[in-house]
Amino acid sequence: MTEVTMTVNGESVSADIAPRTLLSQFLREHLRLTGTHVGCDTSQCGACVVHVDGRAVKSCTALAVSCAGSDVVTIEGLAKDGQLHPMQEAFREHHALQCGYCTPGMIMAAVDIVNRKGTELDERTIREELEGNICRCTGYHNIVKAVAAGAAAMSSGEIRQAAE
Amino acid sequence: MTSTGIGAPVRRREDFRFITGSGQYVDDISRPGQAYAVFVRSPHAHAIIKNIDLSAARSAPGVLGIFTGNDLAADKIGGLICGWMIHSKDGSPMKVGPHPALATEKVRYVGDHVAVVIAESLNQARDAAELVAVDYETLPAAVDVAAAQNPGQPQIHAEAPNNTVYEWHLGDKEAVDAAFAQAAHVTKLELVNNRLIPNAMEPRAAIGEYDRGQDSYTLYTTSQNPHVARLVLSAFVGIAPEHKLRVIAPDVGGGFGSKIFIYAEETVCVWAARKVGRPVKWTADRTEAFLADAHGRDHVTTAELAVDGSGKMLGLRVKTKANLGAYLSTFSSSVPTYLYAPLLSGQYDIPAIYCEVDGVYTNTAPVDAYRGAGRPEATFVVERLVEVAARELGRDPAEFRMQNFIRSFPHQTPVIMTYDIGDYPTCMSKALELADYANFAERKAESERKGLLRGIGFSAYIEACGIAPSKAVGSLGAGVGLWESAEVRVNPVGTVEVLTGSHSHGQGHETTFAQLVSHRLGIPIDQISIIHGDTDKVQMGMGTYGSRSGAVGMSAISKALDKVVAKATKVAARCMEVPEETVDFNDGVFSARGTNKSMAFGEVALQAYVAHKFDSSEIEPGLKEGSFYDPKNFTFPAGVHIAEVEIDPETGVTRIDRWTAVDDFGTIINPMIVEGQVHGGIAQGVGQAMLEGAVYDASGQLLTASYMDYCMPRADDLPSFNVAMTNTPCPSNPLGIKGCGEAGAIAAPPALINAITNALGHENIAMPATPQAIWRAAQSSMRKMAAE
Repeated sequence: MTEVTMTVNGESVSADIAPRTLLSQFLREHLRLTGTHVGCDTSQCGACVVHVDGRAVKSCTALAVSCAGSDVVTIEGLAKDGQLHPMQEAFREHHALQCGYCTPGMIMAAVDIVNRKGTELDERTIREELEGNICRCTGYHNIVKAVAAGAAAMSSGEIRQAAE
Repeated sequence: MTSTGIGAPVRRREDFRFITGSGQYVDDISRPGQAYAVFVRSPHAHAIIKNIDLSAARSAPGVLGIFTGNDLAADKIGGLICGWMIHSKDGSPMKVGPHPALATEKVRYVGDHVAVVIAESLNQARDAAELVAVDYETLPAAVDVAAAQNPGQPQIHAEAPNNTVYEWHLGDKEAVDAAFAQAAHVTKLELVNNRLIPNAMEPRAAIGEYDRGQDSYTLYTTSQNPHVARLVLSAFVGIAPEHKLRVIAPDVGGGFGSKIFIYAEETVCVWAARKVGRPVKWTADRTEAFLADAHGRDHVTTAELAVDGSGKMLGLRVKTKANLGAYLSTFSSSVPTYLYAPLLSGQYDIPAIYCEVDGVYTNTAPVDAYRGAGRPEATFVVERLVEVAARELGRDPAEFRMQNFIRSFPHQTPVIMTYDIGDYPTCMSKALELADYANFAERKAESERKGLLRGIGFSAYIEACGIAPSKAVGSLGAGVGLWESAEVRVNPVGTVEVLTGSHSHGQGHETTFAQLVSHRLGIPIDQISIIHGDTDKVQMGMGTYGSRSGAVGMSAISKALDKVVAKATKVAARCMEVPEETVDFNDGVFSARGTNKSMAFGEVALQAYVAHKFDSSEIEPGLKEGSFYDPKNFTFPAGVHIAEVEIDPETGVTRIDRWTAVDDFGTIINPMIVEGQVHGGIAQGVGQAMLEGAVYDASGQLLTASYMDYCMPRADDLPSFNVAMTNTPCPSNPLGIKGCGEAGAIAAPPALINAITNALGHENIAMPATPQAIWRAAQSSMRKMAAE
């Protein structure tokens, strides 16, 4: 067993874990943060995307010990002070989810796209950037609309800061 | 229309929990003391189990129990069932081999279940499963559906000679032969409907639990129909009687059919919970989902269309071999028969149709309903044939369809169905306009100037939804009735809880069902809860599949609401001291005609429970009503999809330039949700046509068992869709709803293949039309053009 300490959603957490524990397992089973989903175990589907030190990471293929000392944000940590993040709001407003299973990873990936590519995103950019996240329900049509709208709503620096 | 009533694009009430990570899917649930199950699966497609040595595994750390099929048999746990009896054309019942939850003598596909290992942790269970030593004697496998019935092929079940489950037929062979004898033109196609793997994003999962004090079981499972699961596990498998078995299907992450069925894993988990005295949890990894979820489609078909000299369709002849896999899954037998051939008339007036279907065992995963279930296969046959016939006759494909559309209703087809209503020409006209068909030639010329091939393809589909009138499906072999139940509980303060036997796993029932209640009772939507997915709360239900939840599930709610309003009207009349027949109910207010007396719905609810103002020998206190709604007919959603593609012949890369969908779903409760269903359906249809295909090698190994090998539609494979509606309300249910969940997946594959073949200038392309396949086809077109 190995002791690991990291910051998750703003709080410092420590646990004694088997070295082979994946970050997704650590979040879901040790911290009971079950909003991060595992859809494929092979970093293909993106349901497990979280932010590690401000960057999108597929937590099903990252070892928890490799994230020791890092600052991790999961879907549960995206809303601040009871206020939804603009990307969460955009997903609801644009009906960008149906079964909801891919949604946490999709939203975390979308916020990361905005962080990297800016708040004015065209359809082609959004579609290419979402290549690592699979949704089986929506046909992506409304996800693309939501990401564009969420990005525009994030253009206020204040909100963007609050996201991380 | 109230802001939350029928027709309003109400934002979904379930979304908050999903966008904040607060959903509760089965794998998110942890029961105190839970142990973990891992299944030992067959690595062979066909083999005799000579011996299973558990000694090393049993002594591995953390192991609580290891069980095989013999242990299930010793406890008299029955096998899994197929709930729809099909009779062959000679009248004999279908030939079914046993389907034990854990294989005993033989394994019959890669992924078949051999043993279960239960341990303290998942990793310990995995490690111990590696130590289970199974001695197999491998057998040759029958993998290809087209060849599996041939003499000399490996026999999968002793009960089914030549691997033939049934040789079924529908329609009038002689009438069809006569029609073909007088045809001026016959179009004939050999078609393969490619095998698909459903891939809901949430892998299947189960937690079984046994309460010794109550002697009762609880099963948490990823199910589209928890009551059907309870019925099967209780009445057929024999886990426990229904009153001792609670089945909970909480948030479920997509189904598309694959979570209708009762599988080995949940059966074993709930049984084993008692054996080990601990809750037992199993969650599939994605490769297990690929191997052991029921697959979809997999037909090999020869189809012919007879047309007279004026272009009028005379007859249709179809011969299909349908792959049913190694065992008959829960509803598998019905999919290529009664969910397929009765749709072969499409939107067309075809006087004679004859269809033969052989259901065939192979050494592959079981095949069952997947989004559309039989209807995409039928539509692919009809719409490819019609398109090719138009091309062969030199007719415009839209105009050729228009000529043959059914125009008066009700319309009795030669294959069981009576279409109740529709307006196919209006759909087509609207689609042509939205797709700017008039200027297609100009766009094609523009593409050609860039060295690109442009094509346009149509699909005028029909489906039968709202499954189904119980007596009718009973006469066709269904083992169950296909009604739906609802209970409306009005609380004393006027808030409402609706219990429904439908199950939502992405469809948004918590919103749309509440819209119906808001509309009818005139109360705000936040005063309404929709409860589903728990057999301890909802008494009985048939679940969600076949686009039935609106047409059947909501009709049951509507019927219960009628009873609630009727009783509340009586209570209101007594309270206002007026005759019952003078009381009107509008927008949540009961008012007495000709007086200034009125009572809000909430006040009447309270009076119903207080019961001071009426004689309780005349009116029972309380306000709670239930109903079972049995549909009068199937519903017949229909529409036209038009795909337009641009192909780069140098690379085979095909871009979907535009997609137009005009669908007639009857009454629409929430247009936002309906459009979302259409988008998702089209994406799955595009996946079938261009990306997805399950591939087994000749030995029966599944080569496409991960997302690196099985190509799922991703955001950059798809365009945005242009979706519009027409509306002919369904006359057979009180709301006029037809259903919308499968339309896109039914319409899309032929539209896309018709567009691709239109661009290529020949018909020689199979699904999935990958860039490589299209490149080859484009090169042969170019060579042909150069030669001419």
